[in-house]
Amino acid sequence: MGKGRGSRWVHWLGLLILPALLSGCQRQPGGVSVVGSTSVEPFAEALAEEYMSRHPGVKIFVQGGGSSAGIQAVRTGSAEIGMSSRNLIDSEKDLIAVPIIYDAIAVIVHRENPLNDLTLDQIRKIFSAEITRWVEWGGKNHPITLVTREEGSGTREAFQKLIMGKREISLSALVQDSNGAIRQVVTDDRNAIGYISLGLVNDRVKALKIGGIEATVDNIQHQRYQIVRPFLFVFKSRPQDLAKDFLDYILSPAGQKLLVQEGLISMNPIPESKKEARR
Amino acid sequence: MRISRHHTQALAKGVIWVAAFFTLIVMFWILYQVLREGLPLLHIDFFLQAPRQMGRAGGIFSTIVGTLALTVVALIIATPLGVGTAIFLREYTRESRVSRVIRFGTDCLAGVPSIIFGLFGFVFFVIFLRMGWSILSGGLTLATMILPTIICTAEEAVKAVPYTYREVSFALGGTRWQTIRKMVLPNAIPGVLTGVLLGVGRSVGETAAVILTAGSSFITPDSLFSPIRTMAVHFYILAREGISMEMAYATGAALILFILAINTVANWLMYRYIHRA
Amino acid sequence: MSKEKILEKSFLLIALSSISILGLIAFFIFEQGIPLIWKIGLKSFLLGDRWFPSKESFGIFPMIVGSFWVTLGSLVVGVPLGLACAVFLCELTPPTFAMILRPMIQLLAAIPSVIYGFWGLIVLVPLIRETFGGPGLSILAGSLVLGIMILPTIISISEDSLRALPRTYKEGALSLGATHWQAIWRVLLPAARSGIVASVILGMGRAIGETMAMIMILGNAAQLPRSILDSARTLTTNIGIEMGYASGDHRQALFATGVVLFFIIMILNSVALLVSRKGKA
Repeated sequence: MGKGRGSRWVHWLGLLILPALLSGCQRQPGGVSVVGSTSVEPFAEALAEEYMSRHPGVKIFVQGGGSSAGIQAVRTGSAEIGMSSRNLIDSEKDLIAVPIIYDAIAVIVHRENPLNDLTLDQIRKIFSAEITRWVEWGGKNHPITLVTREEGSGTREAFQKLIMGKREISLSALVQDSNGAIRQVVTDDRNAIGYISLGLVNDRVKALKIGGIEATVDNIQHQRYQIVRPFLFVFKSRPQDLAKDFLDYILSPAGQKLLVQEGLISMNPIPESKKEARR
Repeated sequence: MRISRHHTQALAKGVIWVAAFFTLIVMFWILYQVLREGLPLLHIDFFLQAPRQMGRAGGIFSTIVGTLALTVVALIIATPLGVGTAIFLREYTRESRVSRVIRFGTDCLAGVPSIIFGLFGFVFFVIFLRMGWSILSGGLTLATMILPTIICTAEEAVKAVPYTYREVSFALGGTRWQTIRKMVLPNAIPGVLTGVLLGVGRSVGETAAVILTAGSSFITPDSLFSPIRTMAVHFYILAREGISMEMAYATGAALILFILAINTVANWLMYRYIHRA
Repeated sequence: MSKEKILEKSFLLIALSSISILGLIAFFIFEQGIPLIWKIGLKSFLLGDRWFPSKESFGIFPMIVGSFWVTLGSLVVGVPLGLACAVFLCELTPPTFAMILRPMIQLLAAIPSVIYGFWGLIVLVPLIRETFGGPGLSILAGSLVLGIMILPTIISISEDSLRALPRTYKEGALSLGATHWQAIWRVLLPAARSGIVASVILGMGRAIGETMAMIMILGNAAQLPRSILDSARTLTTNIGIEMGYASGDHRQALFATGVVLFFIIMILNSVALLVSRKGKA
């Protein structure tokens, strides 16, 4: 066994490590890293899977980490494409953001929760813990279990901006670090209420109507249901080569069809401006 | 009325029996639960296919590759460093300030929580050295985490080599290095291997530090700079997101079996080694 | 001769790797975290009870309390049960039985924490929710799971300490007329005290440092917990759950949390070393 030659190992190791360290700046050739929002992640993964099956030999690495992390990664060059589920803030405006699809946020409760409809104001009161028990609506006298995303999440920021406005989400809320995890909690806990990407709603949770408007594609495209945010692909400079090709595929009818099938909303009928929550 | 000490003993022993039984049963029940749900789902395809549809279908091949890659990189770095440290401490020095400092460093390193290693690996390997989320970043971070274990077991292994072996070598005119190379190391190898296997066990199960440094992309990697997902990370993500409970159980069962195999080999090695010496 | 010298120096360099890595870790964590602590003040960081990064509030007191309660809870569960098992294995069962159980317990120590967390999520959390109310994701769930996780550590090390005692201790006590239990309780356990304490501190270290399982079952509410049925957040989960998304001040605050954690663990480790060295002397 080579373990006998202690010092020689050290020398070999140095020879191995050094070039690896020096070439550390090199990105893997023929591959693209897509990093960022965990909301966008499952859809980007589906797109990547489809794209890679059409272009064998090409590698697209998708991973989460969050909208802010994705934008940072693009800025520092760790990733070619950043995924964001929120709009860029002023300090990020030097990067290029391309909307690829729209996503609505659904407020969800347990499948057996008798509620079907809440007004925006009621939702605000619940999430800021001004109302803390379900008995307000003739439900049982059980405390409401709030579930929210963590600070820095694009979904949370969208929820904050579009629904909460100036009011704060209560600190007593449970925090989960992905939409799927929130959905899990709401599936199991009768007293839970949370918010997730509309595309992730399944038959094990119930999406509430907001002010009587249900979150359907039709309502969204006609701007009746307004809790909508864009999914963005963020680039440092004009996308080229593989990144551009991937983007083109996503924006093509085939790519958009895949996304719409997964529950997202095509952007064509929607004008660029997005209404914010009224105070 | 004083209770006789025999009654006290019966009571105490009874309590201990109950407590111990209960504890052991709960501990093994946890394993049993995951294995019971997951084992039936394991078949050869599961290990050979990559995950598809975010993990809802397919297998865990790429995560196996990822786990192995990370572990190999970690071992390549940590084993020479660990064995070298052990040799230094045992062969080249007596208890001195230097050795005390080294031991202090090793002991402290052993106690650092994995999330701190994750933070460090992220800020140092991923960002500062610009390695990005990759097998390299993850492996190097894991190496720092298993180093104390390897140092500790290697030291025990070197210590266990009887001094007579060294005496013989010196008497025949061998230098210190020749003695180490030809007498000490070959006999310490089984002990070192035990430490290596313990390190492997830790690498395989580590999650927090791996997510922060090796990323979580689940396609099969093609270079040291590719991000990867390990089995433990895959299990964590599946379990949390509720994507597919069956897949979660199956991955968990695979993970447990893997650890079981490693531990069994380590125990067997230790048993043989102790009986040899 | 000089070749030997070179080799000796090379080995010295290699041996310094562990302390250098420790230094590197400390340097980078501190470099990111200290500026933030400086900026908002140590007192308001450690004692502030509001963690709201988007509003620039960075108080980690709720997390310190959370870590405290969860760790304490895990010790309440793990130490008595662990000691009971150690005594059981060492004194109350035939040696062959113990010899089979020992490697199995070591196996449990190697099981990844995410598996324990998963079990906690699937079994314990719904149980607590149905029985006691509340979300189920709670300090109680965390303590129970963490307690189970540190059991193998406490059991193996305590048992090793008990077994390492000279047989004369037990024989002497028995020959003086003590019952078996009296020998255990009054002679053996106190004699193995330093090893047992070391195992407890080691378990405590593992409990404080646990992240993934805790993210899964504590609920992660950034509030000051008022009962064991409340959700809470520990120092580790605070970092783990927000690290991916954070940037700027927020990220530095997470590193600052890491600094606090680092200190706590260092203090704990030093105490452990002192205790175990004193015991051996």
